[in-house]
Amino acid sequence: MERGGIIKHNKDNAPKTGDWKFMKPEVDASKCIGCGTCVNPCPEAVIELIERADGNKKKLAEIDQEYCKGCGVCAAVCPVKAISMRK
Amino acid sequence: MNKNLTKKLAPGHATCAGCGIPAIVRTVLGATDEPVIVSNATGCLEVTTTIYPNTSWKVPYIHSAFGNAAATAAGIDAAQKALLKNKTLRQAQGKKPAKIVAFGGDGGTYDIGLQALSGALERGHDFLYVCYDNEGYMNTGCQRSGATPYGANTETQPAGTQSFGKDKQRKDLMEIVKAHGIKYLAQANVAYLDDLKRKAKKALETPGPSFLLVLQPCTSLWRFPTSDYVKVGKLATETNFWPLYEIEDGKYTINYTPSNKKPIEEFLKTQGRFKHLFTSRNKNIILQIQQQIDENWEKLQKKVSGI
Repeated sequence: MERGGIIKHNKDNAPKTGDWKFMKPEVDASKCIGCGTCVNPCPEAVIELIERADGNKKKLAEIDQEYCKGCGVCAAVCPVKAISMRK
Repeated sequence: MNKNLTKKLAPGHATCAGCGIPAIVRTVLGATDEPVIVSNATGCLEVTTTIYPNTSWKVPYIHSAFGNAAATAAGIDAAQKALLKNKTLRQAQGKKPAKIVAFGGDGGTYDIGLQALSGALERGHDFLYVCYDNEGYMNTGCQRSGATPYGANTETQPAGTQSFGKDKQRKDLMEIVKAHGIKYLAQANVAYLDDLKRKAKKALETPGPSFLLVLQPCTSLWRFPTSDYVKVGKLATETNFWPLYEIEDGKYTINYTPSNKKPIEEFLKTQGRFKHLFTSRNKNIILQIQQQIDENWEKLQKKVSGI
């Protein structure tokens, strides 16, 4: 504990909440339109829109499985059903 | 992880899978680029983000006691004003004081924290109070609160042969807060994050106290699948159970009018806490809920038109 009872954020200590999940979200790159609907509602903020490697102008949703708890909110809000929950 | 969204609240916290509270926090704090100081009441947000000896908060954060998030925010505001009178400190920190945001659940706002909130609003401190309303003491297992809606099954007022759950209407907190004459307050919903962001921006720009009441569907104890908080939240607004509106200088504005209003059953049937209402014995309770919602909506519309 630091002086004065102040605790500072330390990313290395963050519990890896990805262990919680029993269903894993998978993004279908051919369906994803890069609209970003799933980005803000994600409770863990683990979704990021990235540039595609194949030169396609549409962005692609990428999910950080290290912290994703597998709640399935992203799959539920996706307008084109590009995210599916798999065991 | 998303670097932009996790600037102020990091992942790795222990909220239930599918909980909307972090989305509320990130949206509200993301509405400003200025430094912020967070004060937090006891509740789900506090116990899940500050598990000793770790913290998810990357901004200065204070938790003091259950009922005094607003009083703590008032103290920060007073301290900041006093410190900024000191010239050297003013130069060291820049001239602008940090924005102060207090977060509280409905227990820490409607019930236990109401006195502290009322005092801070009355004294006119410059802060934003955000109440995430999950309609009960969800952190401790769904005890009834002043925000629990009529007919909901709770641990302290369970539904059974003698009871249909909570037999009182929920408290109208917006009117209570409005009675303090503050400049900006709004009712928002976690399922409409763009609307929430706009309101948070407005509230943070308002000098003096401002207030946001945000609906937060609780996946664990409203009893619906973890993936559905957005769907349930949207239904709450589309059935007029939770209208989105704001009050600026006493003037009401409705931000969203459902084009075809859905019956309240659509909202109730998504949740396990209302399951008992769909029996022949409790049919009239649903009618009463619908009637109350229609009445409230009519009242709100009258307030908008100023009658």
